[in-house]
Amino acid sequence: MIKQLSQRLLGPVTLVLLVATIWLGLWVTPPDKIQGNLVRLLYVHPAIAWVALYVSFGTATIASALFLWRRTRSWVMDRVAHCAMEVSVVFIILTLITGSIWGRPTWGVWWAWDARLTSTAILGVLALGYLALRRANDDPTLRAKRSAVFAILSAINVPIIHFSVQWWKTLHQGATVFTSSRTLLVHGSMAWTLLISFVGFTLLFFWLLRARYRLEVERETNQRAALEQALIARQREGAL
Amino acid sequence: MFRVAWLVAKKDLRIELRSRVLLWQVVPFGAMALLLAGLALGPAHAGNSPAGPGLFYLVMLFVALLMINRSQVIEATPGTRASVATLGLDPAGVFLGKALALSIELWVSGLVLLAGTVLVLHTALHGAILALPSVLVTLIALALAGTLYGALTAGGEGASTLLPVLCLPAFAPLLIAGERSFSAALGTAGLWEWWVIVLVAVLAYGGVGILLYGVLEES
Repeated sequence: MIKQLSQRLLGPVTLVLLVATIWLGLWVTPPDKIQGNLVRLLYVHPAIAWVALYVSFGTATIASALFLWRRTRSWVMDRVAHCAMEVSVVFIILTLITGSIWGRPTWGVWWAWDARLTSTAILGVLALGYLALRRANDDPTLRAKRSAVFAILSAINVPIIHFSVQWWKTLHQGATVFTSSRTLLVHGSMAWTLLISFVGFTLLFFWLLRARYRLEVERETNQRAALEQALIARQREGAL
Repeated sequence: MFRVAWLVAKKDLRIELRSRVLLWQVVPFGAMALLLAGLALGPAHAGNSPAGPGLFYLVMLFVALLMINRSQVIEATPGTRASVATLGLDPAGVFLGKALALSIELWVSGLVLLAGTVLVLHTALHGAILALPSVLVTLIALALAGTLYGALTAGGEGASTLLPVLCLPAFAPLLIAGERSFSAALGTAGLWEWWVIVLVAVLAYGGVGILLYGVLEES
């Protein structure tokens, strides 16, 4: 009952939160003292990056690790890893695009050889590599095991991206929502908009993941049915 | 584990000694690529160029890709995988052995190309000698990572083209770190801390390889 209700509500709640983010971000919150109206892009960019790096890539990595661990090995984990990685690719591309749009007026360039930007782009290529690796193997077990190992190897890049602004001198700003001592740096309507944006985009990820997962199950079912039909047709040909 | 590693490494190196692919194909290819890199910079800029360490690692990347592919081709010969499975060799040992053989092959190519960098790109000899430890450790990291990625793509559809797609993003931090430590040895960058990245990569790839190579072997 609760599961069904939450599944039904996921889409509408996500939509409401994203609309609220747009409304608050564009009309309610004030312009920034230094950045002016450009700050409105920051209600979207960090939330998208959060989903791309931690939520979706993290889901793919955890599901991959659970697939490799014999006790928790199941095709559900493999499917979740695959679907989460696909959604991750979309969010990484969106992270780079929104960052680039913000970077042009702020830094004067669409792209800078900055540690945070470069490592994020590398993560995007790794995620695409994961999808390429899945296409290269026809055997489902081989494909699942290899892509799971690759996902875990690729996850090494996530802490590098996270700490890149501390380890190297970067154009990309460091932590702006919280200080290292967990003190909130954003207040009032700006803080609420950011919070709603983070929750909204996180729910959007789970909604997309659920939709993609169902599509994958459907595809597998159709593939099995097509195979069975082909086998029956061959058997009939043999009988004739 | 170490006994198996030594056996596998000896086997791979013996094959390499007999086939001489490294000597007659890979090293000449690397030397030619280094020469072309110098030509790309132009006669006025090739000598004493700050791009020397970067070009060395770029060429090493191409060489490493060839050698990783070669290392997997050896395993793909009929009956090899089956005999390894029948012998019940420790997968962690197989991983370390293949990585060790690949490291030695990369060291040989690296030393030749380092000499080429000094000769063709006029990189300071004392700097190149100072950079030697960092080069050797970076090549170990490349070998460990390469052995893993090679096993991931082995036998798959379009394995030879898939390998660079998977390796290049993973190798990028290693190559940057290697290049920075090389530049530090030449005195053009004060970033010895890049060493840390290479050492962490050695530990990470080594650890993941020891733990997960068995999964790739059984698949």
